[in-house]
Amino acid sequence: MTDTTTLTETGAVEILDGRGWTRICDYAQLTPGRGVAALSAEGRQVAVFRDRSGAVYAVDNRDPFSGAYVLSRGILGSRAGVPTISSPMYQQVFDLRDGRCLDEETAPDGRPAVLRVWPVRIAPVTPR
Amino acid sequence: MTTEHRLRELVLVGHGMVGQRFLEAFTEQPGAAGWRITVLAEEPRAAYDRVHLTSWFSGTSAEELSLTPVGFLAEHGIDLRLSDPAVAIDRAARTVACASGTVLHYDALVLATGSYPFVPPVPGHDATGCHVYRTIEDVERIRAGAETDGTRIGVVVGGGLLGLEAAGALTALGLETHVVEFAPRLMAIQVDEGGGRLLRRKIEDLGVNVHTGAGTQAILTDEHGRVRAMRLSDGRELPADLVVFSAGVRPRDQLAQESGLPVGERGGIVVDERCRTRDPHVHAIGECALAVDGKVYGLVAPGYAMAETAARSIAGELLAEHRFTGADTSTKLKLLGVEVASFGDAHGTTEGAVDVLYSDSRSGVYKKLVIGGDGQLLGGVLVGDTESYGLLRPLAIGGKPLTTAPEQLVLPAGPAPASGPVALPDEAIVCSCHNVSKGEIRAAVADQGCATVPEVKKCTKAGTGCGSCVKLLGSIVAEELAAGGVTVDKGLCEHFGQTRSELYEVVQVAGITSFSELLDRYGRGGEGCELCKPAVASILAGLTGGHILDGEQGALQDTNDHFLANLQRNGSYSVVPRIPGGEITPQGLITIGEIARDHGLYTKITGGQRIDLFGATVDQLPHIWRRLVDAGFESGHAYGKSLRTVKSCVGQTWCRYGVQDSVGLAIELELRYRGLRSPHKIKAAVSGCARECAEAQGKDFGVIATSAGWNLYVGGNGGMTPRHADLLAADLDKETLLRTIDRFLMFYIRTAERLERTSVWLDRIEGGLEHLRQVVLEDSLGICAELDALMARHIARYQDEWAAVLADPDRLRRFTSFVNAPGAPDPTVTFVPERDQIRPARPDEDGRILAPALVAGPHLEVRSA
Ligand code: SRM
Ligand SMILES: Cc1cc2nc3c(=O)[nH]c(=O)nc-3n(C[C@H](O)[C@H](O)[C@H](O)COP(=O)(O)OP(=O)(O)OC[C@H]3O[C@@H](n4cnc5c(N)ncnc54)[C@H](O)[C@@H]3O)c2cc1C
Ligand code: SF4
Ligand code: FES
Repeated sequence: MTDTTTLTETGAVEILDGRGWTRICDYAQLTPGRGVAALSAEGRQVAVFRDRSGAVYAVDNRDPFSGAYVLSRGILGSRAGVPTISSPMYQQVFDLRDGRCLDEETAPDGRPAVLRVWPVRIAPVTPR
Repeated sequence: MTTEHRLRELVLVGHGMVGQRFLEAFTEQPGAAGWRITVLAEEPRAAYDRVHLTSWFSGTSAEELSLTPVGFLAEHGIDLRLSDPAVAIDRAARTVACASGTVLHYDALVLATGSYPFVPPVPGHDATGCHVYRTIEDVERIRAGAETDGTRIGVVVGGGLLGLEAAGALTALGLETHVVEFAPRLMAIQVDEGGGRLLRRKIEDLGVNVHTGAGTQAILTDEHGRVRAMRLSDGRELPADLVVFSAGVRPRDQLAQESGLPVGERGGIVVDERCRTRDPHVHAIGECALAVDGKVYGLVAPGYAMAETAARSIAGELLAEHRFTGADTSTKLKLLGVEVASFGDAHGTTEGAVDVLYSDSRSGVYKKLVIGGDGQLLGGVLVGDTESYGLLRPLAIGGKPLTTAPEQLVLPAGPAPASGPVALPDEAIVCSCHNVSKGEIRAAVADQGCATVPEVKKCTKAGTGCGSCVKLLGSIVAEELAAGGVTVDKGLCEHFGQTRSELYEVVQVAGITSFSELLDRYGRGGEGCELCKPAVASILAGLTGGHILDGEQGALQDTNDHFLANLQRNGSYSVVPRIPGGEITPQGLITIGEIARDHGLYTKITGGQRIDLFGATVDQLPHIWRRLVDAGFESGHAYGKSLRTVKSCVGQTWCRYGVQDSVGLAIELELRYRGLRSPHKIKAAVSGCARECAEAQGKDFGVIATSAGWNLYVGGNGGMTPRHADLLAADLDKETLLRTIDRFLMFYIRTAERLERTSVWLDRIEGGLEHLRQVVLEDSLGICAELDALMARHIARYQDEWAAVLADPDRLRRFTSFVNAPGAPDPTVTFVPERDQIRPARPDEDGRILAPALVAGPHLEVRSA
């Protein structure tokens, strides 16, 4: 979860992808309620979202139900207080905090329907 | 070794459908860990879905048919030996010899060798061009044979279930197809005479030639030993280039017989209720076994039940209910597009049974129910309409006297609703895949608190197999909820207690202009969701105007509206330019062709009289639109819940019969209502005369020309639940016609619920068509001036959504695959060639990223924030 006190429209969104914090984009580039796709330092596709309150989340961009890399294009929402993303392909809903699918436990390939989650933060922009 | 006990040896002979199910059931048994498993398979591949073998012809790959989950064998340490059949069993030594020469010791032996296709021993039966139909190798050979030059005519011997499937495959391969059946009717085992007659007509309508009451006497060959004709028992000679034998199957019981185990008179390894042969170390299951009820079952479900029994018999606990004493052979098939079902005592062989029959040869429906002496349902046959199978089969298995008159059950649904699933007794099995009764489903709702079908599925497993019981499941759940006094929340979703139409009123009266404002002031809090966000976005678009991607609005749209294009299965998009009324100039066609060619897109004519361009990535979209917009095209809103197309027929201008200019009116209507956001999509059509070539009565609104003006129809629908439109007004002049449609559309947009087409809406609103007529023609609610004003504003404010995005560098920003790597293509969106175009690569295919022939597109200014 994000520490909301650091939120500032001028920050940079960064994810922790194993080796260190990778810059994704300017915080201002994220539309509240929507996502973007980005590449992690290891070349994985990450879906990064910002909700109405300003919190940011980063999960796998691959939709386990269709195999397509489209989750960044889903609709952000909430279910009983849990922040969610719904897949644009077949509309399954995932918990953005732990990546777990709230509608079905397993994907068609038999694996658990859970998205990888990346720690994400908003860092003050350092002049480059 | 440190283990105390030696692992015991289990050898399974045959890795077919039942063999694999046995392995799954066995490895779940508590005692399974004490066994080492070796599987001997004759075929070169692991178990696959034989039942769906025919789908191989329509493109399902051998891999997709596989029944063996990845990693399953490794996880359980199973040693599967492909292409190494068992050749002999020594029961005294407890060993099996394999074709490779290996000899394996066993503590338990399971035979699951299935059956082989029976080929009548007529002269020429082994000529080149003769085939059987059981394995993947068989279908590969049939396809190769059909594709050989000079192969024109295919003959299938046998008119049973499999024979008809084979005939379907041959027809699909482009052969002139004949079916030769010895019995006087098709599918003699499943259907009775009346059903067989109707079935024959339906099969013949599909272009298959049927010869019943005819035996095969000889296969005649040419000088190279190739099939050239078939001689029938009535003396006729039927030319043939390819023959498929499908004259029944015989159990593969030879191994057992040679080792001294008893087999039945007509084949099949004799087993007891534990599926054990005479030798307690040997079990036999599936199509090779002769069950205690004296039957060899040629269906997969009884085989699965035997697999479960044998697994428990060897390594688990075998309770009375697990013993295999017989099985239900009800079947529901969809053959060559003809629906056939038979269940229970379909032939009425029970003492004292009587038939109740409904037959309508005009519509091609035949239904027969067999009723017992005490008024209980025993079985039946359905041809042409198997809708009621899900309800009738459990009733027949329940065996209780019927509470409804039997004729009610076969007559087409009349004006009064049928008595529904209440009539089902609690012990009736609703889901036969998982053996779940109606009582268990009711208990899941009443006692375990399941409130939705998905919850009931999760809790009972019902409906998670073939899926054919889901509809019945839904009505039982709904009924049980209602009986429990549960008031179903009518709100849009957890964020809004109001319905869509109530929210429309709120937005209008309170002058709300954003989703956040509506949620904060009238909602239940939270973030919103995929249900309420697009619904509210559509209401706001209609009432406040503005571009649908502006400000917060942009975040509410689903992906299609968000990218103004349609999402496809591999994450690429399709683009549909508007072609009003379906009219297009040669130059327009050429331009669309050039754009598709330059961007490497797949093109297809849609069912809505226009052209769809598929395979664009998000980065390509603006470049494609730029060229379309420059050539005078605009968005066709294929992505929106809004007006789609106004289809036209060519009409009076050219057609001999036309009485009005239908193309001209269709174009005018399409331009008038383009971009109108609505609760669901809206489709329309205009026909130039009563012959109705534009299918106007299947549309949300349809216009048919008369010599005196235009007839207006509303509430039509194609798709899943077709409905013919109702005549709202006749012989209108054009001005009245436009005004009436304006009001009809605006009244619908204002009062319909989320994703409610006009057809469903019209059936739901109180007073129905008559009420609608009073509102839009007589202004009974006094709202017509308001409706007119709303439509006038829509028409005045319309702007092309693509052009508006292109004109705004800010909006263009989102059309990039990766925010931190602009310009990099998405490597997961890949394609392969097919029929001279592209299609999305499947997961197991090595596709390529689309490289457009045109490298530098028009330059677009994109603002980076
Ligand atoms: C492209 C097209 C098939 C084709 O290759 O011909 C098509 C494609 C889709 N149809 Fe359709 N329909 C197409 C003509 C039709 C027609 C025929 C017609 O319009 O005359 C019908 C039956 C008529 C009707 O709607 O009453 C039709 C009835 C449906 C339905 C069922 C609607 C219903 O009320 O039962 C759906 C599902 C839905 O909307 O919920 C659907 C949904 C879809 C979706 C949106 C499915 C999806 O979510 O991907 C497809 C969009 C793919 C895309 O990228 O465009 N499509 N669809 C046709 C586009 C026509 C066009 O130019 O815009
Ligand atoms: C085209 C087609 C459509 C069908 N449609 C339906 C349907 O709609 N509904 C339905 O219920 N059923 C249907 N069936 C029947 C269904 O496929 C069988 O009931 C089911 O496959 C039986 O399973 P089994 O494991 O007993 O036999 P099989 O699946 O035939 O498996 C037996 C396996 O044992 C192997 N074997 C034999 N001898 C040896 C040996 N000595 N050593 C090693 N291996 C050996 C065989 O090569 C085979 O792989 C259909 C069958 C076909 C061919
Ligand atoms: S019928 Fe329509 S929705 Fe179904 S596959 Fe065809 S285009 Fe897609
Ligand atoms: S009958 Fe097949 S899933 Fe229920």
